[in-house]
Amino acid sequence: MTSIATFAGSSVGKKVFVAVTGLMLFGFVVVHLLGNLTLLIPDGGKAFNEYAHFLESLLHGWLIIAFEVCLVAMFLVHAIFAITVALVDKQKARPQKYSLVRAAGGKSHKTLASRSMILTGPVILIFVVLHVKMFKFADHPLVTYHGTEMKDLYSVVVDAFKTPWIAIAYMVVMALLGTHLWHGVWSAFQSLGWNSDRHVTFLTRLSVVAGVVLGVGFLGLPPYVYFFAATGGH
Amino acid sequence: MAETTSGKSIHLRIWRQKRGEQKGRFENYTVKNVLDEMSFLEVLDLLNEDLARQGQEPVEFDSDCREGICGTCGLVIKGVAHGPGSGCTTCEIRMRPFRDGETVTVEPFRAGPFPVIKDLVVDRTPFDRIQQAGGFVAANVGSAPDGNAVPIPKEDADKAMDAASCIGCGACVAACPNGSASLFVSAKIAQLARLPQGEPERKRRAWAMVNQMDAEGFGDCSNHGECEAVCPKAISIENIAVMRREYLKAFIGGSD
Repeated sequence: MTSIATFAGSSVGKKVFVAVTGLMLFGFVVVHLLGNLTLLIPDGGKAFNEYAHFLESLLHGWLIIAFEVCLVAMFLVHAIFAITVALVDKQKARPQKYSLVRAAGGKSHKTLASRSMILTGPVILIFVVLHVKMFKFADHPLVTYHGTEMKDLYSVVVDAFKTPWIAIAYMVVMALLGTHLWHGVWSAFQSLGWNSDRHVTFLTRLSVVAGVVLGVGFLGLPPYVYFFAATGGH
Repeated sequence: MAETTSGKSIHLRIWRQKRGEQKGRFENYTVKNVLDEMSFLEVLDLLNEDLARQGQEPVEFDSDCREGICGTCGLVIKGVAHGPGSGCTTCEIRMRPFRDGETVTVEPFRAGPFPVIKDLVVDRTPFDRIQQAGGFVAANVGSAPDGNAVPIPKEDADKAMDAASCIGCGACVAACPNGSASLFVSAKIAQLARLPQGEPERKRRAWAMVNQMDAEGFGDCSNHGECEAVCPKAISIENIAVMRREYLKAFIGGSD
């Protein structure tokens, strides 16, 4: 007899949970970056603010709340199962460590990215909490476009990224996010059994491209705002 | 030993552990007259002859066929399971790439489920228990069928054969940063899952073998792929993907 408890506690099941939530969070990050690209439009933040306002007003604001609850759940499931895999079970499976470990090379996929998942992950999680506090729960000034009053999220973003240490901290964490995805994307497919010798090269390359594009995409926003955005232009 | 100066001197830093429950430590030895053509295990034989002559306890290590097919030997040499630049078993490592005067660290395969019995010998019976959990065909399939009487697609036959080449040495566990046995278990599951003989029990098999692997205390696979790199039979991590599909199918469809 199979049971959900056995499945969730199994080595395969744990990674399935990590993979499914990881891919969903990856999807979220892609959409988030696409939305953030409205920052690049030189209109004093109008497109960015209107996009944020659009998201917050869907289904009278209920959709975004439902979405946020799901996101929190995904982050928690992802973190709990990943920590079990990479810390708890790992420690149990090898109580006595090697005195010397060298990379085997060859067909190995072990990289700095794969080995640092358990470090980049928690950094990103802490970042997300601070990020939400900094932008979502900020004291937003208001702005009016075509008679509609809305939060001026853009000015909060500009104020933040005009502060050099915040901009630099953001860039560092976004580089870590890119590193996380470098291993994470293809690994999720492998964890779901969605891989074969025929597809492994494609998937690992896709993963690297995803890591670099998203990492560089997000990382480029703070310097763009720092150098090109006007403060208090509206 | 003959007093010649031909060959290299190799300094060995070897893990010595009298009994499993006792604490182990590294001891340093020097073996002289090491020839390029020697295998790594022959160097250990030389060392043991020397130790025996001096009335010391020889270094215990596993070996049997010494031609890379039985899966008995297995050491972590210079930080890599079955030695650096592997793709072969420990017994097939030759001394040619080692430098004269080089210090070589030799450790047993380290994993909680593989406790050290003595020195470099570890207990790999968890693999047997995993096999016993489902790595077989229980149905009576009669005598060997005529060639091609049971049509099997070429690709399936090849991949089943590749998986079947696993010799159960345990290097995948030794090399895995998480101490996972996924490559071994997946090779056994995939081998039978790809063949019609294994078909009737495939769900029950995947469910039982994975659960036994977890019960033995092996870690979880994080897809580092170090296992495939050290595997003497170059078993692909594609099999791990197959194992996960089989396990998922068993979970969703019921294991019986």
